[in-house]
Amino acid sequence: MAGNKPQLTKDQAKAYWRATIRLTITLLVIWFAVSYGAGVLLRDILDKVSIGGAPLGFWFAQQGAIYVFLILIAYYCFAMTRLEKRFGLGE
Amino acid sequence: MDQAFWSYLFVGLSFSAYIGIALWSRAGSTDEFYVAGHDVHPAVNGMATAADWMSAASFLSMAGLIAFLGYGGSVYLMGWTGGYVLLALLLAPYLREFGKFTVPDFVGDRYYSTFARIVAVICALFVSFTYIAGQMKGVGVAFSGFLGIPFEWGIIIGMVIVFFYATLGGMKGVTYTQVVQYCVMIFAYTVPAIFISFIITGNVFPQLGFISNVRGEDVAMLEKLNTTLTDLGFAEYTSTNKSMFDVFAITGALMFGTAGLPHVIIRFFTVRNARAARVSAGWALLFIALLYTTAPAIGAFARLNFISTVNEATYIEGNIDEIDYEAEAEKIREAGGTPVPHWYKDWEKTGLLSYEDKNGDGVMQYRGPNSPDGLANEVDPNRDIFVLANPQIAGLPAWVIGLVVAGGLAAALSTAAGLLMVISSAVSHDICRRTLFPQMNDKTELRVARASAAGAVVAAGLLGLFASQLGFVAQVVAFAFGLAAASLFPIIFLGIFWTRMNKEGAIAAMLTGLITTFAYIFWFKFGGGTPEQYLFGVSPEGIGFVFMFLALGVGIVTALLTSPPPQDIVELVEDIRVPGTRQPHGIADQGMEPMKDASDGPPAASAG
Repeated sequence: MAGNKPQLTKDQAKAYWRATIRLTITLLVIWFAVSYGAGVLLRDILDKVSIGGAPLGFWFAQQGAIYVFLILIAYYCFAMTRLEKRFGLGE
Repeated sequence: MDQAFWSYLFVGLSFSAYIGIALWSRAGSTDEFYVAGHDVHPAVNGMATAADWMSAASFLSMAGLIAFLGYGGSVYLMGWTGGYVLLALLLAPYLREFGKFTVPDFVGDRYYSTFARIVAVICALFVSFTYIAGQMKGVGVAFSGFLGIPFEWGIIIGMVIVFFYATLGGMKGVTYTQVVQYCVMIFAYTVPAIFISFIITGNVFPQLGFISNVRGEDVAMLEKLNTTLTDLGFAEYTSTNKSMFDVFAITGALMFGTAGLPHVIIRFFTVRNARAARVSAGWALLFIALLYTTAPAIGAFARLNFISTVNEATYIEGNIDEIDYEAEAEKIREAGGTPVPHWYKDWEKTGLLSYEDKNGDGVMQYRGPNSPDGLANEVDPNRDIFVLANPQIAGLPAWVIGLVVAGGLAAALSTAAGLLMVISSAVSHDICRRTLFPQMNDKTELRVARASAAGAVVAAGLLGLFASQLGFVAQVVAFAFGLAAASLFPIIFLGIFWTRMNKEGAIAAMLTGLITTFAYIFWFKFGGGTPEQYLFGVSPEGIGFVFMFLALGVGIVTALLTSPPPQDIVELVEDIRVPGTRQPHGIADQGMEPMKDASDGPPAASAG
């Protein structure tokens, strides 16, 4: 099997890695925004709005952030598979 | 059918399933023993990871903590789920591509240093032992609270069961028992939650009940809880007295700690390749989120229920086994009072609840620190009671309670088993095979692995027996996170994302994180430190986050001041960044194939 390893040129490997980093940073910014942002730092502002009796900042901290985390990982898997295909990695 | 019958039934059924799996999944090679042959389906691994992850603290203590802390409990919810985003994006796929067995494997090879490997082993062992004490204690609590078996015997029974499947099947046995344990615990957790949500709000989904109105009233459940609490002199449920920076730091320590915990990371070595590791992290978070979005609902419902059944109830003296509860209760009802509930008297025996009649009126006043009527608080519930007694508080059928017992035990045992794998592989693989006896063959290593798993079970059990002196379950666990965040996360992260990172930097970073965090926590937990002395107002639970940045800084500066890593290492790092391209690299893989490619086993990391 060792012979079948996909090989990228140096430039391809660099481009692949740059794209990976860009995607990772974008998703981490959202990750930060919904948890530390909405749930902690901006809580006092968001709490002025309420959803079903739950102040919004409080809701983000106890429920909303978790839902967004799930979406983030799902999108990451999807986008990385697409990226790998573009570079001929994986099957 | 009484409650004890149902408890014995569910616990008996689930334990026989674990033993059955142990017999079926005997490991034949170190590959199977350490990483279940690199062949676990991503969804199955996700489920096993969820069980591995959700400990006695998640199952027994978290909803109770949230019930008490209100908004303050959010740190656990965000921290223990957000870490999976870091794991999926920053660590799991790359470590899988690296393709070995343990976290110290990665550290030792990436930093071409036996010393770094040993420091990583020490970190991994320290974190795992801290964590496992809480699990064993959870087993003891569940047994003693429900089955009337003494605490110590509960721990011994738990140990025997884990001993069986961890030494026979290794990671393979642990993985498949964890799948069953996940099913038991999620069922046990959500069934009472659904009942209670329906009783209080009329909505069967606890996540929606959480933001619904109280049944038959035009007021939201959380608003009612806020009013009830402030009327008794407590702070509002949706507020906290912790500073914003402290909440930020604790959340951070828990998130980065989650990503750095060895027993979570090694679960991602069991899947086929890097892509499967990413997908598996998603599955894991989905299975975890099922419980973690239910927990805040349980917390809020439990607090509301507790107040409405206990506050202003008339106390009945005496041990529940010796008095005629119904007759006494009837007398109180005839006199126009509300008797103390039966479940309260049941749980009183365990010492998890206490009542002191300060004003001598025989009625139980539950009050907060700013009680408006000036009465002193007389009722002191332990936080763990909220999940354990919740079904009884809500008056649910006896079989539901039996289910909760089995679930609590599943939660504690699954996590304990995952941790035991880290401990035994650290001893047999990282210390014996990779450091002391590199000539050891696979068969001998498997035997050593079994023996060290056995030794670890005994050590963990002893630790659990003494853990009863160490605060409540969740707090013991919170320790491990700070250490994982400050000592393991920085070097794994830099090892993947910064090719220039070298041996000297890694050792400096690891030691900085380990020593500072350990000293800080030790000083404030055992050394007599007071909250006024907190660094930047950060409590010991959150300090790992602060010292993580210190460790990163020290690591980067040290690396820049010393010579760059060898070319082999740079190429290794470039390989693990691109899935499916991992090749063996000289000194990084000395005497050890990176994966099973060369042997007759199934191709692992190279299989796309």
